[in-house]
Amino acid sequence: MYRSHVLVCGGTGCTSSHSNEIIEKLESEIAAKGLQDEIKVIKTGCFGLCALGPIMIVYPEGCFYSEVKVEDVPEIVEEHLLKGRMVTRLLYEETVQEDTVKSLEQTKFYAKQKRIALRNCGVIDPENIDEYIAHDGYQALEKCLNQLSTDEVINIVKDSGLRGRGGGGFPTGLKWSFAAKNAADQKYVVCNADEGDPGAFMDRSILEGDPHCIIEAMAICGYAIGASEGYVYVRAEYPIAVKRLQLAIDQAKEYGLLGKNIFDSGFDFDLHIRLGAGAFVCGEETALMTSIEGNRGEPRPRPPFPAVKGLFGKPTNNNNVETYANIPQIILNGADWFKSMGTEKSTGTKVFALGGKITNTGLVEVPMGTTLREVIEDIGGGIPNGKKFKAAQTGGPSGGCIPAHLMDTAIDFDNLTAIGCMMGSGGLIVMDEDNCMVDIAKFFLDFTVDESCGKCSPCRIGTKRMMEMLEKITEGKATLEDLDKLEELALYIKQNSLCGLGQTAPNPVLATLKFFRHEYEAHVVDKVCPAGVCKGLVRYYIDAEKCIGCGMCARACPADAIARTDYIAPGHKLASFAINPEKCVKCGACMDSCKKIQAIYKK
Amino acid sequence: MKSLAELQAIKERTLKNMSARNDSEDATRIVVGMATCGIAAGARPVMNAFTEEIARRSLKGVTVSQTGCIGMCQYEPIVEVFVPGQEKVTYVQMSAEKVARVVNDHIVNGNIVTEYTVGAVAK
Repeated sequence: MYRSHVLVCGGTGCTSSHSNEIIEKLESEIAAKGLQDEIKVIKTGCFGLCALGPIMIVYPEGCFYSEVKVEDVPEIVEEHLLKGRMVTRLLYEETVQEDTVKSLEQTKFYAKQKRIALRNCGVIDPENIDEYIAHDGYQALEKCLNQLSTDEVINIVKDSGLRGRGGGGFPTGLKWSFAAKNAADQKYVVCNADEGDPGAFMDRSILEGDPHCIIEAMAICGYAIGASEGYVYVRAEYPIAVKRLQLAIDQAKEYGLLGKNIFDSGFDFDLHIRLGAGAFVCGEETALMTSIEGNRGEPRPRPPFPAVKGLFGKPTNNNNVETYANIPQIILNGADWFKSMGTEKSTGTKVFALGGKITNTGLVEVPMGTTLREVIEDIGGGIPNGKKFKAAQTGGPSGGCIPAHLMDTAIDFDNLTAIGCMMGSGGLIVMDEDNCMVDIAKFFLDFTVDESCGKCSPCRIGTKRMMEMLEKITEGKATLEDLDKLEELALYIKQNSLCGLGQTAPNPVLATLKFFRHEYEAHVVDKVCPAGVCKGLVRYYIDAEKCIGCGMCARACPADAIARTDYIAPGHKLASFAINPEKCVKCGACMDSCKKIQAIYKK
Repeated sequence: MKSLAELQAIKERTLKNMSARNDSEDATRIVVGMATCGIAAGARPVMNAFTEEIARRSLKGVTVSQTGCIGMCQYEPIVEVFVPGQEKVTYVQMSAEKVARVVNDHIVNGNIVTEYTVGAVAK
């Protein structure tokens, strides 16, 4: 028995801030002190509080060390692990109490969370199947195979009210029942792990932190719909997730939890991984299946739906990673347990990836119906630098935004749709007063223009035309008529595109037009960007009263746009400088050169 | 994997090894003084004896941790036992041999081993 367990986050965020080196150093320092039989180092999945990574937790004390560096390791080993004195300066501030530490669950970030899909992330060693089994792993599969009929499994999922977590929100149980109904010699189970939305990383974290729960859930789905084979389509950009999932599949096969005659029930199930090359459109289910088949990832019209004619022309069930992650718990605890969380029509929890202008960047899982205010202010720790909240972007390039006055909206599928927004996959990008909403819409549209596969014209040509209009707006060359045209085109693309990519691509523009039309109008009519972001509309000025006439800015200017005037401000010796707006290229070099005096500002 | 029983066996075996990760409020804590004075007096074998004894008996809800200098260096190795809802008990001049009795009498059966406590030794 080890008296102490040291858990180090091995998620992508912490890995990129050197958690692997920290683990190596820990192990060598522990060995040097001869503690290797007393202390165990475990690499876990994501803890969620990515802003404070790399994260290390030392049990039995439950010490939460944040922003640990490799150089800190010898001190932690010498002081804490050898002598039992916590290294207070590295403890997460909120957990420090007079004589002991607060446990993680009591911190603001975790207290309001309810972790179901993420329940094992940061708790178990994802590369050790035994630890998953110790946390009730594979019991749900056993229960399904030996105690429940296929109809019973589908009914439990139906009753639970679970809806697709990839963004669409389609009832999962209903989807399963469609695929189950269609008789065929071969059926398939597919997991969509082609998480493409900028800012969303919950699927990656689940695969990295708890890969076995996806395997278990897919096997359960296979049993329910009568499929003996499954595919996980995961982005090649997620190397850690791919590696751990492959390892998990190998371990499950070794234990006979995948393969032939699982739990002596006569049920066979096998699982394969397919890597996506990073095309956003491959997250659309028909394009995804086309890609698995080895063809160019392009969508096709539905119907026929995948439940009738899916992968390799066979009935197929397709769910997102987070959807699957809920399944084993629903089977074990029952539909009523799941329904007890969330709202009436959106049961359970939802994972959000918090990003943008927020203190606690990271992954949070909250019951459906939690308000945006709670997520941002209580769990997320609010907006840094005392800035004001302006809006939250949800659902990435397919989603919309929630403005400040709707901050108390309870987040669930239907409420978000009602305000013209979308749950999406759960990326939540927080914006403050320094963000220009037109620029945000442009950013996401730029993404979809790039990622449009080109098969249908509304999406291929339409998004490009929209982009050109947005560029006109941000350069101050648009008219009010352009705004109406933009809206008209957006609605047309929404109605006429072939797949989800095109149908949702105009959403960021439509949502910002709806809630922030005044900002668009400021760009068009007054030719100003209220947030000072759009370069074409920004003007740089020199405050003649502050300028000391040093000439640093004139030397920094690449366009020769700054010249000395003949005005000498009271108390100054030299004449001040001024910017010629005709020549200015708005590079901002002058402002950087004047950091000391701060006489240059933009408006 | 053929049966639930096999699954349960793995679960129990692994949970035993993971018990150090339960930082629940109602766990019994055994805290060993591990400052320089404690280590010099032999605190490390004492602590190891505790972990081994707890593992051997598969005790749940008991953690072993360490602390710095408790302040009575002449009585090292010092061990403090915190049972939830009870006064803490301080054992002094501990040795690996005394550990088995503390675990058996105090941790398992709830009878404090008075003769090892600071009160008895300091008299």
